[in-house]
Amino acid sequence: MHMHKYEKIWLFFGIGSLFVFLAVLGVGAFAQGTQPPSCLTTIDPEKVDQTPPFDKPGLIKTGDNEYQLNIVASAFAYTPNQVEIPKGAKVTINVATKDVIHGFEMAGTNVNMMVEPGYVSSYTQTFDKVGEYVILCNEYCGAGHHLMTAKVKVVEQ
Amino acid sequence: MMNGTWKVDARDGKLAMAHIYVAFVALALGGLAGLLQVLVRSGKFELPAGISYYTILTTHGVLLGLVLTTFFIIGFQFAAVSRTAGTLSDRVRFWGWVGFWLMTIGTAITAFYILIGEASVLYTFYAPLQAHAGFYIGLTLVVVGSWVSGFAMFAHYAKWKKAHPGQVSPLLTFMSVVNMVLWLVCSLGVAATVLFQLIPWSLGYVDRINVLVSRTLFWYFGHPLVYFWLLPAYMIWYAIIPKIIGGKMFSDSLARMSFILFLIFSIPVGFHHQLVEPGIDPAWKYLQVVLTFMVVIPSLMTAFSMFATFEMYGRSKGATGLFGWLRKLPWNDARFFAPFIGMLFFIPAGAGGLVNASHQLNQVVHNTIWVTGHFHLTLATTVVLTFFGAAYWLIPHLTGRVMTKAMNRLAIIQTIVWSIGMIFMSSAMHFAGLLGAPRRSAFSTYGDAPQALEWIPYQIAQAVGGTILFIGIILVLIIVTNLAFFAPKGETEFPVAEVAEQAERTPLVFENWKLWIGIAVVLILIAYTVPFIDMIQNAPPGSKGFKLW
Repeated sequence: MHMHKYEKIWLFFGIGSLFVFLAVLGVGAFAQGTQPPSCLTTIDPEKVDQTPPFDKPGLIKTGDNEYQLNIVASAFAYTPNQVEIPKGAKVTINVATKDVIHGFEMAGTNVNMMVEPGYVSSYTQTFDKVGEYVILCNEYCGAGHHLMTAKVKVVEQ
Repeated sequence: MMNGTWKVDARDGKLAMAHIYVAFVALALGGLAGLLQVLVRSGKFELPAGISYYTILTTHGVLLGLVLTTFFIIGFQFAAVSRTAGTLSDRVRFWGWVGFWLMTIGTAITAFYILIGEASVLYTFYAPLQAHAGFYIGLTLVVVGSWVSGFAMFAHYAKWKKAHPGQVSPLLTFMSVVNMVLWLVCSLGVAATVLFQLIPWSLGYVDRINVLVSRTLFWYFGHPLVYFWLLPAYMIWYAIIPKIIGGKMFSDSLARMSFILFLIFSIPVGFHHQLVEPGIDPAWKYLQVVLTFMVVIPSLMTAFSMFATFEMYGRSKGATGLFGWLRKLPWNDARFFAPFIGMLFFIPAGAGGLVNASHQLNQVVHNTIWVTGHFHLTLATTVVLTFFGAAYWLIPHLTGRVMTKAMNRLAIIQTIVWSIGMIFMSSAMHFAGLLGAPRRSAFSTYGDAPQALEWIPYQIAQAVGGTILFIGIILVLIIVTNLAFFAPKGETEFPVAEVAEQAERTPLVFENWKLWIGIAVVLILIAYTVPFIDMIQNAPPGSKGFKLW
């Protein structure tokens, strides 16, 4: 099929930059390990409260400057809803829901994941800046959806 | 190529108009819901009488995302196939009416359960939020109705092919068939989750539901759905706009090729809506990200084709210089102006879409109001302005009237009002989303969090933009009512472009449906089989239903 010369040039540069872009995403994902949160661990949604680590939600120190933050989501609250994190800490955040789908977004950071019944959502984030971050539910979960929130304070060590 | 039918048969026109009436009633009601939403989110207004924000939000999404689009598209396509492949047979028209009534009754049932507050589950109805079974049954009727209409169009196309062996079908008919094939293949996903999961579960026949499987089936449908909205706009751009400006189509073959590429690449891509969710291996997400980006290619082709058409026309009218042709375009013709502005909005809209579908960037904007800003550019500006532009000739053509100069002027004003409103609303949504403001949420300061307080000025800007857009809706409703009932009697053309002389003959390979549908199915199987089996084999205990509103 015939194509106009200009169209060939246009498509060559367009498709070329598309593949460069996809290569950048691919290198970021597979060579540098920047993958979106995709935890494959499952959990019984009706037994979240009895299943470790969600039976004792909160911040746990797991190593030198490394922490685990386990949070239970339910309509319309996070447990715990106030957390203090020392500055510079590398925190693996695990969230599970007891009822419907919730969101888990920490505004101003890259922490943003879906929390679905039956699965643990997990993402690791290093907190380098002191300040207060709001956690909020960004997936509709019912009448009190917009009231579902928690607070994280990053403090000097 | 054309068989001499220059006017859509009156009986076919009636069928098309029935769809268009429902579409614009949906626009009026859905637009009102949208106005209430932006007012609530400004924090200065509360809904009276205990009406829930989320009932209004569900109404807005269902009416504008599903009803306005599907009805307008099917009405437009019936008119387009009748215009280009000849008057519908009585049987095809009969099934067209069956499809119309199924969709209309389905819409009414769904709307009823939303309005009595039994289905505040938003138009994505994610389990385990559980709506009344009537909500799902109504939606099923809408989809089944659209299938009936799709098959009526296929039958009409088949009849044309039989009567014209070895000939290339009329472009608008071909494009309508591609769009309905796309719709049929993708809506199998939503039909599967609704029929086999949601309806039995909401009726109490089964206790539990597999949430991730249901979401995955929904998004198998949810992304091609947006191409089902977009392709009719592309039909109007490719096959109708060149005629409106007085020019010729750049190339028939390239137009068909871009539609085939959409058919192939718009379905195996649903994971880019599920990038930040658990239970799906990231390598499969990445594969679908790559497939998602393939639709950039036909969109680049479309952009080239459109501007080539515009430039060729301008130069044929004696334009000189690099951009002199721009001045030759019919800026004071709303049939051109509204879709053209829609095209311009598609540039930032498409760029934002690239961000959304990016493997990592998605995490920054997922479920923030950035996404709402994005599809108010794609659907609510590019597609909708193109549909408005089409309504300005389609409705008078079908009702035997003509658009007056005054109405044309009002339509130009409408387009400008829409653009201004959308620039306010959509930009504010994009910026607030980057700061973290969530979508689909009533007004909240999140316990007076300093971050959330920063979003409020943007939410006020959204309310300003949304209010201007509502004025735009009133204007378009005035125009549409005028064109349907009050405009002077007369003949209005249904413009269909001819192909430029230098363009090559179109090869028949584009109508090798077995080949293209086969490729589409293979890609779907590659993209979905393994992760879907994983989901079922490693499934957690299912979920009971919740009614939390």
